Amino acid sequence: MNRPNPITRKLAFSFAMLVFVGIALMFVASEYTAYQVTTALAYGIAILGLNILTGYNGQFSIGHSAFFAAGAYVSAILITFAGWHPYATLPIAAAVTFSMGFLFGFPALRLEGLYLALATFALAVATPQILKVDALEHWTGGVQGLFFDKPDPIFAGLSVDHSLYLVTWLVFVVLMVGAWMLLHSRSGRAIMAIRDNPIAASTMGINLALYKTTTFGISAMLAGVGGAFFALANSFVSPDTFNFFIAVYLLVGSVVGGIVSIPGALLGGLFYVFGQEYAEEFSNLSEMIPPPWVTFGVLLILMMYFAPFGIWGAIERGWARLKR
Amino acid sequence: MKLLEVKGLKAFYRQTQALYGVDFELEEGSITTILGANGAGKTTTLRSISRMVRTEGEIKFDGQDITGLSTEKVAALGIAHVPEGRGTFVRQSVEENLHLGAYTRKNKNDVANDIDRVYAYFPRLMERRQQQAGTLSGGEQQMLAIGRALMLRPRLMLLDEPSFGLAPLIVQEIYEIMARIRDQEKASMLLVEQNANIALNLADQAYLLETGHVVMSGESEVLRNDENVRKVYLGY
Amino acid sequence: MDLFLQLTLAGLAIGSVYACVALAVVMIYQATDHFNFAQGEMAMFSTFVAWALYQVTGSIWLSFLIAVALSFIAGIIIERVIVKPVENAPIFNQIIVFIGLLMIFNNLAGWFWEHTTKTLPSLFPKHGIESTLISTHNLGVILFTLLILGVTFCFFKFTKVGLAMRAAAANPDSARLVGISVGWMLALGWGLASAIGAVGGVLVAPIVFLEPNMMSGVLLYGFAGALLGGVNSPGGAVAGGLMVGVLENWARQYVPGGSELGLTFALILIVGVLMFKPAGLFGRVIIKRV
Repeated sequence: MNRPNPITRKLAFSFAMLVFVGIALMFVASEYTAYQVTTALAYGIAILGLNILTGYNGQFSIGHSAFFAAGAYVSAILITFAGWHPYATLPIAAAVTFSMGFLFGFPALRLEGLYLALATFALAVATPQILKVDALEHWTGGVQGLFFDKPDPIFAGLSVDHSLYLVTWLVFVVLMVGAWMLLHSRSGRAIMAIRDNPIAASTMGINLALYKTTTFGISAMLAGVGGAFFALANSFVSPDTFNFFIAVYLLVGSVVGGIVSIPGALLGGLFYVFGQEYAEEFSNLSEMIPPPWVTFGVLLILMMYFAPFGIWGAIERGWARLKR
Repeated sequence: MKLLEVKGLKAFYRQTQALYGVDFELEEGSITTILGANGAGKTTTLRSISRMVRTEGEIKFDGQDITGLSTEKVAALGIAHVPEGRGTFVRQSVEENLHLGAYTRKNKNDVANDIDRVYAYFPRLMERRQQQAGTLSGGEQQMLAIGRALMLRPRLMLLDEPSFGLAPLIVQEIYEIMARIRDQEKASMLLVEQNANIALNLADQAYLLETGHVVMSGESEVLRNDENVRKVYLGY
Repeated sequence: MDLFLQLTLAGLAIGSVYACVALAVVMIYQATDHFNFAQGEMAMFSTFVAWALYQVTGSIWLSFLIAVALSFIAGIIIERVIVKPVENAPIFNQIIVFIGLLMIFNNLAGWFWEHTTKTLPSLFPKHGIESTLISTHNLGVILFTLLILGVTFCFFKFTKVGLAMRAAAANPDSARLVGISVGWMLALGWGLASAIGAVGGVLVAPIVFLEPNMMSGVLLYGFAGALLGGVNSPGGAVAGGLMVGVLENWARQYVPGGSELGLTFALILIVGVLMFKPAGLFGRVIIKRV
């Protein structure tokens, strides 16, 4: 057995640490903070999907908001109209969005770089309109959207927000570990080979079509799960919430956290929620200070010049330099 | 003063070094050829002069150091580079290509006259003046590339393997025209060639390049009669 | 029959706006191999600038011309300062820079002028022609766009700079060898594209009303038009834009549920063209050698 085992002791230890830290933090956080972190984690899961697709597999998507929305709506619809328990909807949301992504992966095979970006851009811009269509209004709630209750606490004595936070955190950590295992496996190397040199990869026998569509599916699935948690955290979905800007927010989180990284997804999600909050407070200080997204736009551009691999990438590089 | 003086030229493609301290010079009004096999660094030498690769060392044109200039500024000084592969603007017409060669020039009348002069050298181009340049044959595209260089009214022409990929008869035709250009325009040329025979026929001076080093230099006659050169590069 | 004619003419009018956007997209694409995703927001911002000038000057034409000139300059500056640092970077980095620009312009507009809808008067007189088939504004849009396109075409075909720009886009290395400053040609391309985008914005504002999100749909239709016509062919892009405008109007009327699904239609068009005829109807297929 010469294949290196992706489940190392280090990994198991990190997994345990993360879970522990997450639980510990819960005791010191207020309910509102728990809600915020839940939202950050929801984004983080989606960003993880984006990182895998773009950072590790080289397929651009500036339209992941579409899958995020799909996951959110699948959950919302099942809770509202079929009376399902919120957590039970997660696997369905995952399955549906995986299929969506996998199917979208087929036309995506033909599209390179810029053109794929364009197609996903179109998808994101069209999503709110699709959600508002009259014919589907009965299911989607139309422009008003759907309201529903947050899931009950999983342990008695826990608040609703803390409980949801805990579940989201556990799922997030499991998904991070899963992503780590995937990317450190033979499949992971194939995925990255496709990014670096598709032609060489295919001549080595890697089935490009299968890997690319599956990766798209996985990526969309993560976005969908993230979307579902986002819906649960806000107990509400509406078409205009899931506009093109959500896709931009995901991209920003991905880029700032570090697009070729797994921990970057967590950083990106946290940055999105808390960075925005601080930026808003900052801009409220004075009328002369522009709104957060102007600053973030500038930040995006500057990062492309100076730190294209994001915060985690900078940490990794700094660490490598120290070790030398 | 020499028109072109190159001292200690080193050239790099990213981390790979291609030239290891090359020295040569060129007198105004003369034709100098740089010979060598594939990969010797001939094209790199021309690209160094046109500032298309990273270099160390001295390159002086008319006494002026040009290593700090951009490619377009070097062209504006009067150095016309006929690149490897012709560099034709394939979607533009033959005549548009010639006009582009004259981009740095201001006087419209002079430009119009020069276009006629180029057509006089290359009647085939005149026949195809409105034709899309990409549809021309290899030989015609080479003629167009030389014509475009002439439109600059250059003091120095850099020619990268004009014979490449062309049938011998066409090569001969082109070289005859180049000889006429040399006589009538008093143009100085730095000619890079793999076809040593035809290059040595035209040139006054010659340098032999092997893997980034100058291994021999002198008048064309001298190189032509050197036994090693004859065996390796001239085939007899 | 009247209805059909009205629809078609109105479709040509909005299609002319899409054609402007498509042309701007194609110009930048041809020169730089980039799709400027921020094109719409930049055009929207220019339109707001025109509106602000109008509040001050009271003359729509003066405001329009100044706004277009300012957009031209801004486009040049943006290319030289913001785009140039990533010109040789991976495509992803370039895309992110454009998205950054998109966010900046969108939110700056919202910050300066708030999110209330503004009215921008038409460039064309209210009672120019009396016709039930087409409004004066729409007719003006079609004719004016044709004028702009004609001027652009002549610029590229008959002027020295236009030729240099085409050469720089087609073969930057050879362009440098004849003394063309490729960098400045790129900047010029961006300037022209921004100016044309501004024209599109001012033409469309009286139809869809001016607010910060005005152009995102228009940009999508512009992309669809550019792809449909052929992203390597300016003329094709224009034809594509016009076609998208007309098709959208027809779909709105004749396809059940069509009025709400314009953007979806654009999406399907984009994905469809990219999949089955990536060179578009009028473009050339570029074969990449491995």
